[in-house]
Amino acid sequence: MHKHVIVIYPHPDDESFGSSGTMTQFRNQGVPVTYLCGTLGEMGRNMGNPFFANRETLPDIRKKELLDACKILDVNVEMLGYRDKTIEFESRDEIAEHLKGYLEDIKPTLVITHYPGHAVHPDHDAMGAAAVEAVRKMDPEDRPEVWAQAITNDRYETLGKPDIVNNVEAEFDVKVAAIQAHRSQFEGMFQKMRQSPDFKGQYEDVMERFKHEEFYQWQFNN
Amino acid sequence: MKAIELDEVQKALDQYSNRDVYIHLETTNGAYAKHFDRNAYNVGAFIRNAEVRYTRAKLVDAGDAFRVGLKMDKGWIYAEGVTDWELNEDGQLLMAGHDSEGRVMVALQISENPFRY
Ligand SMILES: [Zn+2]
Repeated sequence: MHKHVIVIYPHPDDESFGSSGTMTQFRNQGVPVTYLCGTLGEMGRNMGNPFFANRETLPDIRKKELLDACKILDVNVEMLGYRDKTIEFESRDEIAEHLKGYLEDIKPTLVITHYPGHAVHPDHDAMGAAAVEAVRKMDPEDRPEVWAQAITNDRYETLGKPDIVNNVEAEFDVKVAAIQAHRSQFEGMFQKMRQSPDFKGQYEDVMERFKHEEFYQWQFNN
Repeated sequence: MKAIELDEVQKALDQYSNRDVYIHLETTNGAYAKHFDRNAYNVGAFIRNAEVRYTRAKLVDAGDAFRVGLKMDKGWIYAEGVTDWELNEDGQLLMAGHDSEGRVMVALQISENPFRY
């Protein structure tokens, strides 16, 4: 059994959409979970539907939503203070060092993050790359496992079958509640999925997809 | 924010003319445009806390939205498609255009003090 799980993503809501079912499974087993959230999603385009936020109020609103979601998920959260959309332009090494500080402090046995290069949003890719780099910097015997999450449409073709597929149907209520805590974001997002030509009428499929959380086990070669 | 009313917003724009101000200007079709439609590609640009001084501001009613032009000594600042505005408690003039789902498509903001960064 894992001793402590650290989840690393750049945006408030990545945790709820991405791996909240898995986090809930760990919490139900009594495993502590800490979410390291890179930014406050300051540049998000969704302002609620109908919109109630603006560019200047959004950071505080999303911070509150993040805290609400993490309360529902019963996980600790640390906000890292980077700025939305800019992570790929920062020094990867500095971010990795920053993250490594948390890893050395908390000593997790598992890190969950985005699969660099396969996570659609540049912040996801950059934060995932920094997270992998942070673990790589550690002594091989001290390294936690890394589960990398790919969300590209062609992930199966390019990466093959995921190593870990968690059925989170039993945790689905918690997951949906956590997603809904991100009130400024989820309405626009669901709308988008409903209308998307590349998810064609697949809203139900998307909901179905939310019932499984998939990860690739990261292999370190050095 | 509320729907733009031409006279009110023009008055607010005029208040900042010939003063050093900070600008936030952005436009985007979202980081997931391509993800949700393979024929699309992501487009976006923003500049935050550029220090500028404009000598003239004009808001033009385009029917379904407004255009804003700010004339500077050596150039222009332009935004098209703004529909909503607010003068917030920090004295910042916020203007933005939203799609039917409330998502920001364009924003132009002016402030005497830097925007939070
Ligand atoms: Zn994200």
